[in-house]
Amino acid sequence: MSKQITVPFGPQHPVLPEPIHLDLVLEDERVVDAIPSIGYVHRGLEKLAEKREYPEYIYVAERICGICSYIHSNTYAQGIEQIMKIEVPERAQYLRTIWSEYSRLHSHLLWLGLFADGMGFENLFMNAWKLREHILDDMEATTGGRVIQGVCKVGGVRRDITPEKLDEMVKGLKGMEPAFRDLTNVFLHDASVSHRLRGVGILQKGDAYTLGAVGPTARGSGIGIDLRQTGYAAYGKINFRPVVEQSGDCYARCAVRAKELFTSVDIIEQCVKKIPEGPVEVKVTGAPDGEYFSRAEQPRGEVVHYIKGNGKRNLVRHRVRTPTFTNIPPLVTLLKGCELADVPVIVLSIDPCIGCAER
Amino acid sequence: MTLDQQTTIPIGIGELVSRTDQMKKDGYRLVQIGCTQIGDDFEINYVFDKDFVLTNLRITVKQDTVIPSVSGVYFGAFVYENEIHDLYGITVSGMNIDFGGRFYRTTIKQPFTVTVTKEDTSCQNK
Repeated sequence: MSKQITVPFGPQHPVLPEPIHLDLVLEDERVVDAIPSIGYVHRGLEKLAEKREYPEYIYVAERICGICSYIHSNTYAQGIEQIMKIEVPERAQYLRTIWSEYSRLHSHLLWLGLFADGMGFENLFMNAWKLREHILDDMEATTGGRVIQGVCKVGGVRRDITPEKLDEMVKGLKGMEPAFRDLTNVFLHDASVSHRLRGVGILQKGDAYTLGAVGPTARGSGIGIDLRQTGYAAYGKINFRPVVEQSGDCYARCAVRAKELFTSVDIIEQCVKKIPEGPVEVKVTGAPDGEYFSRAEQPRGEVVHYIKGNGKRNLVRHRVRTPTFTNIPPLVTLLKGCELADVPVIVLSIDPCIGCAER
Repeated sequence: MTLDQQTTIPIGIGELVSRTDQMKKDGYRLVQIGCTQIGDDFEINYVFDKDFVLTNLRITVKQDTVIPSVSGVYFGAFVYENEIHDLYGITVSGMNIDFGGRFYRTTIKQPFTVTVTKEDTSCQNK
């Protein structure tokens, strides 16, 4: 047996957008063990539930993450509405779905760019982010914010979108589809990208399930877990099939995200066709008394907001389990046995969001 | 308006590992483990999912109770168990990866056992 050495990876590393630390135990160039540690950006946001009343706490929930911000607010609002038995207007449910899919588009394009950058493919990185700008422009035009939208509230949404703007959004997205296709063709068919990703960081289907993998990390290993299938917001009225790949490697996780761009465009188009007229919010009085595990499908996978109230304006507990948090154990398994040079690509392939994970 | 079915089953700490093991054998995946302080007690929820139906095994313990780790059943449980230890000060025995209290770096040790009132500005931006 070769002599073992431990190489620290992160929290500062050129491919890491956020701080995670890994102690990589190596034998020659092969990783035989990986010990993760986080804790660099823990902000104690859940603790703020004691100081912020539940309607205003949604601003805190939205700031858990700078990418999935909208979906965090949506999931939180949905949890409170379930406990308080609030019927959210149908139009608001459709608007929530549209903004959720816009969030997915911008997150996936951001990740595709970062992944390309991690592989040293600078031009591909810039192309992905160029397309993302159009998505952010639409989010800003409809919500007022590029990163933090602040449009979701308990009982509905704060803003409506005019029919003309909805049509314009769909036209814009359909017009972008050829560009999406050009971009994803490189990720899916380029020889150098395939060479870098295929057969690297394989997560077997059984391991993915028992280790708690979610989102594209699970779907890339053949597990069709997609919380949108539960029908929250307006997803119950939309036809779509989760994108599932079988090979479980970095290529599969990349392919899931690339193909989901088109699923999101299709969902938005269906929403715009089906969205009814009507109000976008209802008046909310009282305070939540009960508990609920509110779940939604973020770009990185299933997010859980556990909300417990006792009839007062401040929640007893708000606990958030983000997709990255539960994708850390699969990451540890992925890294065992890989080459040191593959570590950056494997770490990026789960789309880690550490700020989100630590809250 | 019901999005999904959720069932909570209170169990004793002595049956935690065996019940968790049975959940795994029955094809459930571990969704999360989370802790909530209720007065002097701590509720710990072990949440499982199968076909989008949630089943929640709940134990209620005191802070000085040593709870057994379920990371031998579900490897990924170690992240939740380290979190519970660091934020609530509850000891979990037998974790497959034990960070020894260094998983989260907080100024106040076991911050979730300290009640913050509206008048207390120590954790607000100044």
